[in-house]
Amino acid sequence: MQNTAWKGFITGVWDKAIDVRDFIQRNYNPYVGDDSFLAGPTDRTLKLWQEVLRLYEEEKEKGGVIDADTDIATSVSSHGPGYIIKELEQIVGLQTDKPLKRAMFPYGGLRTAKSALQEYGFEMDAQLEDFFKKHRKTHNDGVFDVYTPEMRAARSAHIITGLPDAYSRGRIIGDYRRVALYGIDRLIEEKEKDFAITMGDMTATIIRDREEIRDQIRSLKELKAMAASYGFYISQPAKDVKEAIQWLYFGYLGAIKEQNGAAMSIGRNTVFLDIYAERDLKEGRYTEEEIQEMVDHFIMKLRMVRFARIIEYNNLFTGDPVWTTESIGGMGSDGRPLVSKMSFRYLHTLTNLGPAPEPNLTVLWSPRLPDGFKRFCAKLSIQTSSIQYENDELMRPNSGDDYAIACCVSPMRIGKEMQFFGARCNLAKCLLYAINGGVDEKLKKQVGPKYRPITSEYLDFDEVMERFDDMMEWLAGVYVNALNIIHYMHDKYAYEKLEMALHDRKVTRWFATGIAGLSVVADSLSAIKYAKVKPIRDENGVAVDFEITGDFPKYGNDDDRVDDLAAFVVSAFMNKIRKHPTYRESVPTMSLLTITSNVVYGNATGSTPDGRKQGTPFAPGANPMHGRDSHGAVSSMASVAKIPWRDASDGISNTFSIIPDALGKNGETMVRMSDLDIDLDLDAVLQSDMPTGLPVNNENLACREPNVSISEKEDK
Amino acid sequence: MIGRIHSLETMGTVDGPGVRMVLFLQGCPMRCAYCHNPDTWDAQQGKNITIEEVWEQFERNQSFYKNGGLTVTGGEALMQLPFVIELFSFFRERGIHTCLDTSGIYFEESQREEYEKLMAVTSLVILDLKEIDDDKHIALTGQSNKQILKFARFIDEHNVPIWVRHVVVPTITDNADRWYRLGFFAGSLKNLETIDCLPYHVMGTAKYKEMGIAYRLEGIPPASKALAARASQVVLEGIKAYRRQWWSALAPAQESAV
Repeated sequence: MQNTAWKGFITGVWDKAIDVRDFIQRNYNPYVGDDSFLAGPTDRTLKLWQEVLRLYEEEKEKGGVIDADTDIATSVSSHGPGYIIKELEQIVGLQTDKPLKRAMFPYGGLRTAKSALQEYGFEMDAQLEDFFKKHRKTHNDGVFDVYTPEMRAARSAHIITGLPDAYSRGRIIGDYRRVALYGIDRLIEEKEKDFAITMGDMTATIIRDREEIRDQIRSLKELKAMAASYGFYISQPAKDVKEAIQWLYFGYLGAIKEQNGAAMSIGRNTVFLDIYAERDLKEGRYTEEEIQEMVDHFIMKLRMVRFARIIEYNNLFTGDPVWTTESIGGMGSDGRPLVSKMSFRYLHTLTNLGPAPEPNLTVLWSPRLPDGFKRFCAKLSIQTSSIQYENDELMRPNSGDDYAIACCVSPMRIGKEMQFFGARCNLAKCLLYAINGGVDEKLKKQVGPKYRPITSEYLDFDEVMERFDDMMEWLAGVYVNALNIIHYMHDKYAYEKLEMALHDRKVTRWFATGIAGLSVVADSLSAIKYAKVKPIRDENGVAVDFEITGDFPKYGNDDDRVDDLAAFVVSAFMNKIRKHPTYRESVPTMSLLTITSNVVYGNATGSTPDGRKQGTPFAPGANPMHGRDSHGAVSSMASVAKIPWRDASDGISNTFSIIPDALGKNGETMVRMSDLDIDLDLDAVLQSDMPTGLPVNNENLACREPNVSISEKEDK
Repeated sequence: MIGRIHSLETMGTVDGPGVRMVLFLQGCPMRCAYCHNPDTWDAQQGKNITIEEVWEQFERNQSFYKNGGLTVTGGEALMQLPFVIELFSFFRERGIHTCLDTSGIYFEESQREEYEKLMAVTSLVILDLKEIDDDKHIALTGQSNKQILKFARFIDEHNVPIWVRHVVVPTITDNADRWYRLGFFAGSLKNLETIDCLPYHVMGTAKYKEMGIAYRLEGIPPASKALAARASQVVLEGIKAYRRQWWSALAPAQESAV
């Protein structure tokens, strides 16, 4: 069976051990052409998509949730098969038995699951609730059993926010390609080998490892059963591109049936799948149109991923994102671009099905990507504003050429690295604590340590820096230790069995931390240093506002005086995080990436010394504060680019919006790019201003370069 | 040398090819009715900048500009001719593409030598042709277009690529006959590379209020993209008409050469 599935593939390391990258490198061919080969949507696709759009409408009419489970605790195999319109679907599988119906995930936290239901008008089945209360402790229960009073206080004061202590942490990407390439039986076989060598003195570590491998094997078996309920037998490797997509999707589907993580990214699959597609095209098994149809149906499924979440959570993330991030493109270590026709096909779904925020199609950008692909991306960005860009040149040296983005910016070697997601702490508030001696400026309560507050009339830079350093030291400690508790409990009560079954035995674990409010802190420190800042104190002596006299350099203008302060804060805080032991020897990293929750963080933070008023949103991620970057986008990006990647290697985000008209003369919609590398030759010329109906004929084109033939003749 | 600038934009994408640093020079003798930067008129305003400072800003982010370069606009850039010459020389010596965005109003035959120096270090001129009809030009801008058209010829003689820009203002410049004539003139420039008809917008009016100046085009709506596109077409027709005429005049000579 394996022989037919792998027929025509060049063997090497991958056929002897689990190594998807090796398979890709030996078998893929880069595609350097343009988008002219692409096929439009089939009738089946259009009909199916109509039905999905209708379901979206119905979902909206019902207040955001079409239907929800109230009596099933979801798992890989908890539901029978579900379809949109069975006879039309080329790729099948839904999270529950009905499209858009939300599953219930009680393992992260029973209360969260219950409120998520209640907020949308559903009630958790009493018996199930009772069972969980009496017999099944959740991740959330575990964490709150152990939290210290200090952690609870820091949490409720929002100096540490968004912690995954009542919901699933997410940010783990299973190597779903393994399901297609090897089939489940082989994966189980390998896991059994892992189990056999996980031996020795039975320390807590070894015992936990052994138990986890057993759980992984169990979930692989469940995955087989789930696929079988749809009539597919995934014990063996996928035999063609259709099976490869289907097998891969089953892997992902199993993960989203089991976990409702904060980000459930899907990996980097296009070049892998293209190897199958190329073989099928060559052998005449499928046409381009048929392959595009499979991709369209697959992406449609990814657009239908839903989780039941509490409204507070949706506020934090401004909407209901799943972060089904698919990483596309990038360069291989050998210099060949990891661009295939399948990369085009994925992006082409934005045309065939129309633009959508999910799946989060992320292009790993390099100036060395093939021109045809770059132009295609630029065109689609202008048309749909639906592509995210990340800097492959920055990540490849650290992460190799088989990493994928988890959530929005975290690079992860697929199947080899996982992450303990740790939300972020609010450094702007930390600065206020430094000024106010640990008293929360909004709650007027002692939350941080009772250090001496600053009492001088004007803030002195050196004094503030000294206090800020002490306060960061405290915050880093509370933060890391809270996260240690969270991840211990998550492993214990809501372990990602299936996702980890699609990882190697020994994985690198990243201990992901994050900070919010960087630009507020940088500008505040700059104001204190270069202008005069006078705290306005309330009757309790708490600084509730600040009077600034004089101007000061602001982050976002490529001005080293303040940019260096931003960089310093990032490195200083990261080093404080590094001082603490982390759960399972995970390696600490940091991100600056609140793309949406900056509003919530700002809301929870009093006025700051940079002149920002209480409640005003922070800038997203590492962005400069809104309106303070006055020298144009390049200066703004240059400031952001000074943040040391080595101390924020989980990702630095810079959200940047520009109207297409300001980028050239094409398109109608907004273009949004993160990690921008502008390398596109945007023709600021006539062509798009041509009204429809007036074709650009050769004569017109000749007019664009009018002097070539004529001046030559003149010269003679 | 010191120049007087209104502002510096580090990511210009519509003022020349690629991503560009755009220097807005302070001061302008024109009083175009639709000007959206009236704050650049007064030559006494603005702030000083040295060539070294411009270079320092440019150089540190050069990777952004590798397909672009430096554009100088205004205000009227040529009000500070010596500064522009020196600035462009400095950049061209370092292999940077230089683009001059100008109305051409300051061109003087008597300063021919200076302008030749300028042409030698200019990679591209974006020439703003506001009106082909001189009376209309005076009405719109307060100045005759004679020197502007002479400047266009001068640029062309020095084989510097030219982009012609024209702002389409409803009821003021939306006249097919004059678009055609504009095209006919532009067609005679052998170094013409593009025609860019921009739809008039009203985003500048807030500045007038702020500065307490009356806005002369009050009540005139912004131009649609479709109108600007039509203008492009008509201008193109004018260009083609000139080229056809030119070509037919040239053709017999071609044959005899063979």
